[in-house]
Amino acid sequence: MTRPTPVSERHSRSVGLNESAVRSRGGWRGTSSVLAPVGFGIAVLVVWQLVVTVGGLPSFLLPAPTAIAEQIGAQFPVLLSTGAVTGGNALVGLVLGFALGVLLAVLAAGVRVVSDLVTPVVLAAGAIPIVALAPVFTTMFGSTTEIPRRLVVMVVVVVPVYVSTARGLRQVRPVHDELMVALAATRRQYTRFVRLPGAVPFVMTGLRLAAPAAVIAAIVAEYFGGLQNGLGSRISSAAANTAYARAWAFVAASIVLGLLFFLAGLLAERLVTRTLLSRPPGGSS
Amino acid sequence: MNAVVLADLDKRFAAVHALDGIELTVGQGEFVSLIGPSGCGKSTLLRVVADLEQPTGGTVEVTGKSARQARLDQDYGIAFQQAGLLDWRSVVQNVELPLQVHGVGKAERRTRALELLELVGLSDFAGSRPAELSGGMQQRVAIARALAPSPKLLLMDEPFGALDEMTRERMQAELLRIAGETGAAVLFVTHSIPEAVVLSDRIVVMSPRPGRITEIVAGRRPGAVPDDPEEVEDVRETGAFFETVTAVREALRKGAAA
Ligand SMILES: Nc1ncnc2c1ncn2[C@@H]1O[C@H](COP(=O)(O)OP(=O)(O)O)[C@@H](O)[C@H]1O
Ligand SMILES: [Mg+2]
Repeated sequence: MTRPTPVSERHSRSVGLNESAVRSRGGWRGTSSVLAPVGFGIAVLVVWQLVVTVGGLPSFLLPAPTAIAEQIGAQFPVLLSTGAVTGGNALVGLVLGFALGVLLAVLAAGVRVVSDLVTPVVLAAGAIPIVALAPVFTTMFGSTTEIPRRLVVMVVVVVPVYVSTARGLRQVRPVHDELMVALAATRRQYTRFVRLPGAVPFVMTGLRLAAPAAVIAAIVAEYFGGLQNGLGSRISSAAANTAYARAWAFVAASIVLGLLFFLAGLLAERLVTRTLLSRPPGGSS
Repeated sequence: MNAVVLADLDKRFAAVHALDGIELTVGQGEFVSLIGPSGCGKSTLLRVVADLEQPTGGTVEVTGKSARQARLDQDYGIAFQQAGLLDWRSVVQNVELPLQVHGVGKAERRTRALELLELVGLSDFAGSRPAELSGGMQQRVAIARALAPSPKLLLMDEPFGALDEMTRERMQAELLRIAGETGAAVLFVTHSIPEAVVLSDRIVVMSPRPGRITEIVAGRRPGAVPDDPEEVEDVRETGAFFETVTAVREALRKGAAA
């Protein structure tokens, strides 16, 4: 855990408030919010190293940071290739789950029956540990394909995207509602001109929340068997072979991958929300 | 043809008798204000005319049709206390919205919207986002939007209520000019006596529980349209202005006492 800020920040930012997504963080606060956690991370590493080497902690409990760093160096090409596999699964699942979540929410917002059918299913999916489905999918699709992991990621992603998008579609300001009635707009025009564009910041919030979850799901899904080509399978096999420092090296790679997805999600959210609410290029429709 | 004809209009909500026996005619190009204490049914009356609320009795005729048909034909434009602009559209796109809803072609609606922005003095902000504009400017965009389909009737519910006094007076002068130029009738809800007096041909004074018309006071300008903001300013200084303010105030007091 070298850079804990973004994670804590995720909790302090309220979901779906587009002003907070738009507001930029600059000045000394921005600098200190990078420096403070980096300093803290370094301090943690130093204490960790001391506890392990001076305190003589057994390596199966906790390998020293230097031992892990050594493994990261030795395994670097493998870290990259396995990271690419897990990252690829997370990305494919994220894209599919995002598309499905938005599509279902839009359908549910327009068609009552769809809403009545889909909403309880999605909410139930949010309440169960979806990675537990991994062995089931592996049995269904076989253990020589990436499909089971990608499906797990997709199901994990659908939930926050659907919930957030549905909330955005419901969140129409009363004055806009009245305006569209006064203008004698059709249902379709109402959806196209008011509901969908108004929901975009919420959709992007769903994506930001789903992105790091996609990585977690992709890694954990690998713990349940199937192909042995990703970060998760390497963590479990290294641990099973008592190669603890190597296991930690793959854990470190997983953290980096998770952070990459998190930051990409955050960036996408900011870019889209900011583009949407600032000066449009040329003012064309 | 009259812009609005209300006959024996009645509106009851579950627990509230919001409008009782309303008789009111707004002539072509006439400026009529509704004034009265909170809860006397001003907004409800306006919303019935706009077909946003169904009456429980009496008849409503808007531009010679049913309120519903007038709404479907975009015979009226409406502006609320909140500008209610769509944040994700540029200013000119917001003005285009009513035309877009009615299937007017892209080039034509853009031309019209730019004309209207010129009318409300916001040509320079056509490409801006609503969030970049002050409250007064946003309200002007909302008025331009209401005018987009060239309505015969403009319905306005405290459109300047959220503005500071200076901006408000400037907007009043602009509204008079715009109403004069477009020839639209205006039904205008306000809390402010001077505002009603400056703007109106007739001022409808209402009283609450149940919402009734207490009195209709003749405004300061029977039919005359000042097209110059300074002329509007001058009106505020005249004896006739103060007399009308007093008349409205007394009508309000009578309504409260009754
Ligand atoms: N949708 C509604 N449901 C129930 N009561 C309402 C509704 N709209 C307005 N009223 C009531 O009708 C009365 C008149 O309201 P309104 O027309 O908003 O008054 P005004 O605009 O003059 O302040 C008030 O007592 C208000 O509470
Ligand atoms: Mg009101």
